[in-house]
Parts: sequence; C-alpha cells; structure tokens
Amino acid sequence: MTRVELIGFALVASTIAGCATVASRETADLGVIVERATGSVQLVNQTKRASLGRIQGLGDLSHASIVYSHDARYAYVFGRDGGLSKIDIVAQRTVARTVQAGNSIGGAISRDGHLVAVANYQPGGIKVFDADTLELLSEVPSTYGVEGKRAKVVGIADAPGNRFVFSLFDADEIWVADLTDARHPAVRKFRDVGRQPYDALITPDGRYYIAGLFGEDGLVLLDMQNLDAGARRILDGYGRGSEKLPVYKMPHLRGWAMAGDYAFLPAIGRYEVLVVDRRTWKQVAAVPVQGQPVFVMARPDGRQVWVNFAFPRNGVVQVIDVPTLKLVESLHPGKTVLHMEFTARGDEIWISARDDDRVVVYNTERFQKLAELPAKSPSGIFFTWRAQKIGL
Amino acid sequence: MRARITNILATFAASLAVVAPVCAKADPSAERQRELVNLVRQDCGSCHGMTFRGGLGPPLTSEALREKPADTLTATILNGRPGTPMPPWRQFVSEAEAGWIVDRLQKGFLDDAR
Repeated sequence: MTRVELIGFALVASTIAGCATVASRETADLGVIVERATGSVQLVNQTKRASLGRIQGLGDLSHASIVYSHDARYAYVFGRDGGLSKIDIVAQRTVARTVQAGNSIGGAISRDGHLVAVANYQPGGIKVFDADTLELLSEVPSTYGVEGKRAKVVGIADAPGNRFVFSLFDADEIWVADLTDARHPAVRKFRDVGRQPYDALITPDGRYYIAGLFGEDGLVLLDMQNLDAGARRILDGYGRGSEKLPVYKMPHLRGWAMAGDYAFLPAIGRYEVLVVDRRTWKQVAAVPVQGQPVFVMARPDGRQVWVNFAFPRNGVVQVIDVPTLKLVESLHPGKTVLHMEFTARGDEIWISARDDDRVVVYNTERFQKLAELPAKSPSGIFFTWRAQKIGL
Repeated sequence: MRARITNILATFAASLAVVAPVCAKADPSAERQRELVNLVRQDCGSCHGMTFRGGLGPPLTSEALREKPADTLTATILNGRPGTPMPPWRQFVSEAEAGWIVDRLQKGFLDDAR
C-alpha cells in the first residue's frame, strides 16, 4: 500500500512569505549528509562548513542516496526500506513522503525534472513518481524468465530523452524505460548482458551506460545514442581475475572518475585502481592502492583521483595524481570512511567517517584539514551542484 | 533480565578469556560484543539492510533465520557463499563469535542489541 503524506505546504509557504528573517534562499552551496543509523539527514552549508539543521524520520538509510530537483531546492532521499522523502532544504522540512516498496536501492530524476524514479529490490522493479507531489505515475515490474520472478533492480540512471536505464541483478538484463508518456512507459530489454550486473553509471554526457558484473569478469556498455547496437562487453579482463580476494563491500561504479582521456575504476577483489582509455575502453594501467577501492572519484578539474576503501582497510583515503598515475597522498580522516564529495569546483572535499561520527573537510591542493563536523554515522554526502548533472 | 545475566556471564567469561577469546566457548566479552554488534549492524547491514530486512543480500530477521540450522548459518558467515557476493568473514570473526552472531540474529538481533 502506497501512502503519500503531504506535509504542510501551505504552512511552509506562509512561513517564508511572512517572515523576512527566514534563512536565505540560496541553495547552490548547500548539501545534505545522510546519517545512516538514525534515519536522519543533516543540511550543511559548504562555504561556511557548517551544519544548518537536521531532518529526522526518514527510515532505514543504510544505503541511502539523494537526487536534487532542478532548482536545487528539494532533495529526494531514497531509503533502503522503500521510503522516498522529498525535503525542502530551505525550509528544512519534509514536504512529502511515501513508503513505496519494501526494499529499495536508489533512484534518479528525469532529464526534464518532472519525474523521480526509484529502483526497488522488493517487489522488484521501478516506480515513477511526479516530482512535485510524489504521486505514483507508473510502474515497471522487473519480471523475467518463465516463472515470472521479479529481479532486484540496481544501477538506475537517467538518460537523455526522459529515459531511465537500469539493470536486473538476478536476470542478467538491462532495461531502458522511455517515460516520454509518464503514465505509459515504453520498455526496451537487453537480455543476457552478463552475470549479475550489480551497479552501473551513465557517463557525464549521458551517452554510455556501463554496468559492472559481479558474476563474471568484464563490464557491459550500452550506447544510449545507438541502442540498436545492443549491449556489448568491454574490459573483459576487468574483475577479480585469478588472484581474487574477498569483497567486503561492493564497489560503487557511480563514483567512477572520468579524467581527461581516462576513466578510473575500482578493481574488484584487488587492491588496484584501473586506468582505462575512454576511446577504446582498454585498460592502460593499474595503480596499486592500499585496499579494495569503493569510490574512485575525480576532482572536477581531472587533476586528481580520490579513492576510499572497503572493510577492513577503510580508515584511509588515497589520492592519485592523474598525469603521473602516482599516489601523492594518504589521509586518515577517521574510522570507516564511506563517502567523499567535492565542492563544485573541487577546491575542497568533504569525507564521511562513519565510526568516528564526523565529516572532515580538506583542502585538495595542500591536503590540510579545514573543518570537522559532528554527524551521526554519516554515509553519503550530496551537494546541490548535482542538480545540474546528468546521471546524478 | 536474561540480557543482564548474559552480560554478567559475558563479563565473567571475558576475564577468563581475554588472552584467547577465539577459543572461548562462552559469549564474547562485553567490549567485543559491542564491536560485533556494530559490525553486524553496519557492515552486514550494507548488503542486508540495517534493519536486516534484506538488500542485495537476503533478510537476516529472526523470522527469516529462526528455522534455519545454526551451524549452516555459522558456516556461511565464516566461509561466505561462493557464486554470490557473500564474502567469508573468517579473518574477522572466530567460529565462536560467528555462532554468537547467529544465535543473536535468530533470536532477533535488534530487539536486544541496541
């Protein structure tokens, strides 16, 4: 049963209209930090490196992610327990919330900003909501095979043309749903793409959707401008290879770094960051690092790539210098680093240290610590510049 | 009440087993229990959900696990499950600790582990 709660729109509006001392409306240097264990998020100001407040009651946020409305006023929070919450980051309150599934993994906002889609594990599929009201508009169940089972949906991304692309973990399929008519999605399915696609990304230009495979070595690439070419395998050597190590946390492809001619990506089950030529999709180098990489993220100018790591080597962040492909820095922000977020121009980076209950801000040129903010079991950090990016 | 007795026993056992907790048949020390609880909630929770209702991995609620044989579950923690993303945790938890985790999960971990 889907339940939508619309909370106090009128109240919010009147508060803002009638009160000259209300917090400023600029949102371009704001952000949201997920506090995974307490079902809350913190609102922060990047410039002041300060917390602005906390919003509670968002459910199980153990794998939460966030997308922003195009005007960067609202944050959509996707919770593990199927909760979808719409937060007004100026008025600092939840304005709509629906528990739309039993178990979900993430979501995306459409190119036109009018649709929010959620990828669900249970029941498997995607659901598409009106971005204003969170009214359910349509649903695409991830039904596959002869028995009609529903697959867990992973790696959802928005693509040009109001399409959503996503992968079916249990079904080895990638689907493209065209939401030109939001109430009647047109779905195109790509079958047998490779075993167990577990996460995916879309390149920042919206051109290529790339899914990682857990069940075998290699990646799958779909050209969003030429779907007729089908899903094709790239980087067949990518993966765990012969000397595989256990993977204690799944790498996140969404953090993939595109820097210059190269893509940097986490090796799976190996302590390496792989360097791939973006034109040929061939590996050209591997940079040894101190653990199993989880997020591999390029500073916006592409000069550096920052890496965090899986359990148990997760108290360290390492920095790769792109021109030389050498490690130039190892930082110790705290216990259990889960996520990193650059400011829009990359002069600073915010890093969450879950088990030290803090977020640490560094300058990215000299690597000095600039600030520490207390946070409860912080995980994802999401700045509002994402509102203007394809695939985020 | 039961939890308190368990704690007292655990503290007592800890004083005996400080040197080699791996060999201890009794519950892990109170401090180690806190570490294990954090590990299970946070790191197992990454795939199984912090409320254990499942994610990429299956649910770990007592409802889901109660009927399953404890030794099989313990073996899964220690050795992982080949062909799935479940890795072996043998390097980080002893057999006794894995058994303790299974016991707690089957009895409803969240209820008495907060």
